[in-house]
Amino acid sequence: MKLQKNTRLALYSVLEFARRPGEHVPASEVAERYGESAHHLAKVLSELARAGIVDSVRGVGGGYRFAANAKRLTLLDVIRLFELLGDDTPTEGTTPVDRALSSVLAEINQTALATFGSITVATMLKLVEQRAQA
Amino acid sequence: MKAKTTAAPRRTVPAARSTTGVRVRTVRQGDLPEVIALDASVTGLHKSDYWQRVFRRYGVSGQGLRHFLVAVEGERVLGFVIGEVRDWEFGSPPCGWVFAIDVDPQGRQVGVGSQLLAAIRERFERVGVRTLRTLLSRDNTLIMSFFRSQGMTLSRLIPLEVEIGPPA
Repeated sequence: MKLQKNTRLALYSVLEFARRPGEHVPASEVAERYGESAHHLAKVLSELARAGIVDSVRGVGGGYRFAANAKRLTLLDVIRLFELLGDDTPTEGTTPVDRALSSVLAEINQTALATFGSITVATMLKLVEQRAQA
Repeated sequence: MKAKTTAAPRRTVPAARSTTGVRVRTVRQGDLPEVIALDASVTGLHKSDYWQRVFRRYGVSGQGLRHFLVAVEGERVLGFVIGEVRDWEFGSPPCGWVFAIDVDPQGRQVGVGSQLLAAIRERFERVGVRTLRTLLSRDNTLIMSFFRSQGMTLSRLIPLEVEIGPPA
């Protein structure tokens, strides 16, 4: 499974903001850290703000602040904002092979959604920390 | 995956609460009404007979392999966990299975569930168990998130099922 560039950027941003709760982090800092243009990142952050995941503060000392509950917000909540996720149910195909293949792909998709939907931002931060120490 | 844009619901931070004064101990007969009420408040089902059977099997005759623990504050039950050591099933060496855990919805996100899981884990470790497992519906993302937060990941065991009997 491969995530779109915007989705990965959104996940990077959310994790960065959640790692520094209460702090207003300039978008430029996140853009620089992940080698992305501030303009591109702004679109992603705008979507996150619209969803209530981050708050933005303009002006000197401004930036973005994590506004969600890290113990409840899951990777899937973020991914859903940027990706068209497949349906849980097999779709009708034109041939029996299509239909059988569709049911196999639906099974894989269900497992992927359950995985993304069960990993919260707080858990992800723990995983990141563990990888940093390994 | 294809790109899209939609909105997700805003998540709110609950009121802070401490686990100071919360302790975990083996269940007692007198705890059952609160356990049953807690389970009923979450599942919507009042299963008194079921819980009496669970108490007999796990609460008083565990012999070190079965555990029914409660988290209490004073004598008020805040949550429970139930599990047992099962060995050589599914081709697996002895492992600790957690098959029920719940915390009063008013007392969540402050570590009560973590305390319960740590307590049963410690009891499993005492008898040499080195793997902790559980099984849950993939729709149950809340409890799955909890287990993930405790370091649990997808098992190498994969459950399979098939509908049997006459078609409904």
